[in-house]
Amino acid sequence: MNDHQEKPMESRTSATAVDIRNLSFNYGSTQALKNIGLNLKRNEVTAFIGPSGCGKSTLLRCINRMNDEIAGTRITQGEILIDDINIYDRSVDVVKLRRQVGMVFQKSNPFPSSIYDNVAYGLRMRGERDSAVLDQSVQESLESAALWDEVKDRLQESALGLSGGQQQRLCIARTIAVKPTIVLMDEPCSALDPIATAKVEDLIWKLKHDYTFIIVTHNMHQAARVSDKTAFFYMGELVEFSDTSRMFSNPSVKKTEEYITGRFG
Amino acid sequence: MIDPDILIRKGMPKGYFKDIFVRISLGSVTYLILLIAVMLFAKIVIDGAPAIFSSKFPFVDMEFLTAKNETLHVFDDAEGTRHKLPASKYNEYLKAHPGDTIYNEKTFSYSGGGIAGPIAGTALLTLGAIMLALFFGVSAAIYLAEYAKQSPFIHMVRLAILNLAGIPSIVFGLFGFSVFVLAVPVITNMPSDRSLLVVPLLINDFCLSFQGWNSSLMAGCATLACMILPVIITASEESLRAVPQGFRDASLAMGATRWQTIRKCVLPYSLPGILTSSLLAITRVAGETAPIMFTAAVAAKDDFPWEGLKNPLDILSSQVQALPYHIYTLAARIPNSEYTQRAQYGSVLVFLILVAVLSFGSMILRAKLRAKLKW
Ligand SMILES: Nc1ncnc2c1ncn2[C@@H]1O[C@H](COP(=O)(O)OP(=O)(O)OP(=O)(O)O)[C@@H](O)[C@H]1O
Ligand SMILES: [Mg+2]
Repeated sequence: MNDHQEKPMESRTSATAVDIRNLSFNYGSTQALKNIGLNLKRNEVTAFIGPSGCGKSTLLRCINRMNDEIAGTRITQGEILIDDINIYDRSVDVVKLRRQVGMVFQKSNPFPSSIYDNVAYGLRMRGERDSAVLDQSVQESLESAALWDEVKDRLQESALGLSGGQQQRLCIARTIAVKPTIVLMDEPCSALDPIATAKVEDLIWKLKHDYTFIIVTHNMHQAARVSDKTAFFYMGELVEFSDTSRMFSNPSVKKTEEYITGRFG
Repeated sequence: MIDPDILIRKGMPKGYFKDIFVRISLGSVTYLILLIAVMLFAKIVIDGAPAIFSSKFPFVDMEFLTAKNETLHVFDDAEGTRHKLPASKYNEYLKAHPGDTIYNEKTFSYSGGGIAGPIAGTALLTLGAIMLALFFGVSAAIYLAEYAKQSPFIHMVRLAILNLAGIPSIVFGLFGFSVFVLAVPVITNMPSDRSLLVVPLLINDFCLSFQGWNSSLMAGCATLACMILPVIITASEESLRAVPQGFRDASLAMGATRWQTIRKCVLPYSLPGILTSSLLAITRVAGETAPIMFTAAVAAKDDFPWEGLKNPLDILSSQVQALPYHIYTLAARIPNSEYTQRAQYGSVLVFLILVAVLSFGSMILRAKLRAKLKW
């Protein structure tokens, strides 16, 4: 069970981290994603933007197969390759996949246990019992998530005693504690004040050398500040995908421009 | 400007008498129910208290709780004093006073001594039934809540379980009798004559014999467990579902397996609900007479179930006394008189105290766990 020490499953040679090819996805009989094609580079931050209900969360959850948990969902077409492996192939172990592709949820969801236990959870699930290793991992992760100074004296207290912003950073710490290679973040700052938001953005910048981030956001400024690439979705379709600087200065599709400038959505 | 006549009343407020009437009738119904409950408790406490409480320290008649029950002998001696002695003391008395004549002797079965046997039997039955029911019930609930897909078939399964809860306990008694007492397979080298089917196992003389467990502790536990399974399953499934989906998502997204997720993120947080429901189930199990009547209970038993066993596991095959069955025996199977009252209401009061303690305990436990596991 001690496979957290193993090398990540990819060789880190190819520059592509996630390759989404012609993906269509259904909730029961309603189609939520139509022919999505996206190629995300390693160590880049990609922002997903688009009006509510356009399928950003759905696509995000496809990448670590969290949609498997929802009854009646299925990929109707296309595939997602991570390091050239089709993650929907039958030979893929979804538990191992999720160890590579972590996720921070839209609604912060710390466990009602201590701060320490929250961060140590992932490693413990991999069979880590050595308290020195756990201590170090907890400290590193909390430091990365810019939370260490605020909680270092109360690690054994309940995580539910933290403020909303602290809870969200705790969830980020918990996710990076298990050292995934790709981190999916679904509106991580939607409940945070500007200061906490800035902290989360800082930490994305700091960590992007080690991780590939995909972040869903409704905040255009945040997308502009934090991402290298931006993908704009509308009604389940990918409208535009390009460098963030280009998209925000000179979008090639009219719809994108309208959305970015706030004329709809 | 508002017309003042809109708000100012003339005479009585509208619907005044009707309102008073409704209020009084609903109130009197409520207080009537309260009165019935108070009378019930008062009767039990007044008649039962002399059996278990005493005026001397420690104010509890330990003998009633710890002594086995015996036949009560009531008689007058030559001086006209009335003696009420359980069988053992009665024999001592006869030995100590040889040649004395006694008058007006009457005997009352089960009415002397204490009720330790029924208390022990009920404790064993309850413990066994709850353990069985929790194991099977929580397993089924986990399957239904966490693994099963929402198909029409699973829906039917759930419905069937719910229906099981409405079956009268006497039916469970008959079911337990025909299945656990008479039909379940046992491994033995001496199959009984009435065995339904004997399958040789080809190891020495051993064979699988469908002959049942006879009337025994384990048949009683199994029957009682069947009876409360639906309650446990339904309550456990509900408490599992009450755990926010976010916990599961977070755990799975960190690369935990499904079973790890259930064990670490779902079960611990649904424990308060499961425990509360099982504590309430305990009171139900402890109180039922019908399911154990044919499967486990005996009216009289000279020794405790664990006495005189060759092998500790044999306790499972021994018959037991039980509080509710004891109450039934005292009330319905022997002639009632002032002398049988002590045992009868004493047993009822003990049982009532037990139930009260358990319900109170479950309330406290729930509050404690809830406070600890708030989200
Ligand atoms: N569990 C589900 N079952 C059925 N349909 C769903 C489910 N989840 C989402 N959908 C539908 O799929 C579409 C895309 O939803 P999704 O949650 O991906 O939107 P989103 O872009 O993340 O929106 P938001 O910005 O509001 O979070 C919506 O039309 C939604 O109604
Ligand atoms: Mg969303």
